[in-house]
Amino acid sequence: MPDLGPLWLSLALAGVTTIILMMVGTPLAWWLSGTSSRFKPAIEAVTALPLVLPPTVLGFYFLIAMGPASPIGSFWIRVTGEALTFSFSGLVVASVFYSLPFMVQPLQNAFESIGRAPLEAAATLRASPLDAFFTVVAPLARRGFITAAVLSFAHTIGEFGVVLMVGGNIPGKTRVISIAIYEHVETLNYGEAHILSAGLIVFAFTVLLFVYTFRRGEPISVR
Amino acid sequence: MSASDQQQLSLRAQVAYPGFSLDVNREVGLAGVTGLFGPSGGGKSTLLRIIAGLERHAEGHVIFGGERWQDGTSFVPAFQRPVGFVFQDARLFPHLSVEGNLQFAQKRRASDGGIDFDEVVSTMDLKPLLHRHTDALSGGERQRVAIARTLLTNPRLLLLDEPLAALDVGRKREILPYIEALPKRFGIPAIYVSHSVNEMARLADDVIVLEDGRITAVGPATSILNREDLQSSALPFEAVSILEVRVVEHREEQHLTRVDYHGQRITVPMMRAIAEGEIARLSVRAGDVVIATEEPQGLSVRNMLAGNLISIHPEPDSAFATVSVDIEGAVIKAQLTHHAVTELGLKTGMRVFALIKTASFDRNI
Repeated sequence: MPDLGPLWLSLALAGVTTIILMMVGTPLAWWLSGTSSRFKPAIEAVTALPLVLPPTVLGFYFLIAMGPASPIGSFWIRVTGEALTFSFSGLVVASVFYSLPFMVQPLQNAFESIGRAPLEAAATLRASPLDAFFTVVAPLARRGFITAAVLSFAHTIGEFGVVLMVGGNIPGKTRVISIAIYEHVETLNYGEAHILSAGLIVFAFTVLLFVYTFRRGEPISVR
Repeated sequence: MSASDQQQLSLRAQVAYPGFSLDVNREVGLAGVTGLFGPSGGGKSTLLRIIAGLERHAEGHVIFGGERWQDGTSFVPAFQRPVGFVFQDARLFPHLSVEGNLQFAQKRRASDGGIDFDEVVSTMDLKPLLHRHTDALSGGERQRVAIARTLLTNPRLLLLDEPLAALDVGRKREILPYIEALPKRFGIPAIYVSHSVNEMARLADDVIVLEDGRITAVGPATSILNREDLQSSALPFEAVSILEVRVVEHREEQHLTRVDYHGQRITVPMMRAIAEGEIARLSVRAGDVVIATEEPQGLSVRNMLAGNLISIHPEPDSAFATVSVDIEGAVIKAQLTHHAVTELGLKTGMRVFALIKTASFDRNI
């Protein structure tokens, strides 16, 4: 039986990251879907950067930004007593940035396809903007939310480069599943590498199958 | 409605887009249904959206019944204005059932009391639809739900933005009686936007004419829609006559309603929504009126109104003239050819009969 610690660590990292992304990505996607600000293209480009950059580039700069010598890193040490690099918290921060496009883009698409008309109707029915968002926009964007959450979760499970740069390979702290596989291969422990790798393939396929089936499914309705 | 029921709306609005500008500065008294009438693209919907607070960038002020909704320094957001807005495309929430849509409005209204849920449902005949999904509704049903939903917010001003424009004739006919009954039933002043002179004639008590972003006329519907200058100039709408009649009786088996017009009887297609003894408005297109100099015999036409010919207006560059007949103080217009006018020897002051087919009241929506 292989050591399942990396699996649980990966699931915890992906879960926490997805929850944080939901809170950060939703307002950002909402703003992007409605704004005519001239900064919109720049913000969209920054959001999409993790899609094109090698993870090592992001990991390198995160390492510098979060290191004990940096303002952020030293602040973190003062507040928590621990270094942000090579810690689980550091992995979460890096993953939030790394998976941001997977949350923002599906949500932005969903919000754009809903448009502003239902919001205007809600406003004339005395719903405040926040009320209208939660009672009209969110239910109408249900598919977008599910797709975004599933993709963010799955993408965080699959990350390797950023994690290795920022978190290293500390069992129980930063050794997530992809790092564990790398370790097993390096030490020629192919049997365990197979188990974890094949498991990840099945997981990824299941997730994507769910997303594509769901996207093609019935039109939005609650009943 | 008396003048005391009037609510003053003071409106100053300036909007400019490339190729279009809206510039309105007017105070109007609103009672019953006020028609906002004019050609498409003239700014009617924009003006309505400004009143509702849906156009944040519009400059000007909106003051309704003494409440300042917008001026140079303040802006009451749409959700805090006591207006009900019915959109052309209904905009029902697709994730809620019909009942859910209605409850959405009722849950959020500011004050208790006011318009009752069951009353709205029965007025708009929505009981059989309550548990339906909004996708399963026809266009006319969707608008009925939208109107009911808006009423449940307890609005002090009802704004209807071409609610019939997206419907075919059959659906229009289905929903008009409901809209017609609203002001009397709920006593809320309404602004009704349309470019259809027939809808104006049927629904509006007063009419505001908006052309190219400017208000060009304000007044009672009967006089505005009869104004020769408006009819011949920028608004090339067909001449109509508006008759205010009293409903005498409904004849269920014949699907007819008999009405009284200054002592003369008119038969029209069944108007169920209006009770016997109540006042109803009929509109007749001038093209549907026939003029006879003697009381005709052996005709299928049911409605013959005797009156005096008061004017003959030739329409420039056309085969037609508009002939006005005074019937006990009200005017009916007929569109006749110059040829017919000459042949019959029509002269002002002559005693004539205006003949109107019952079916032409039905078509006229």
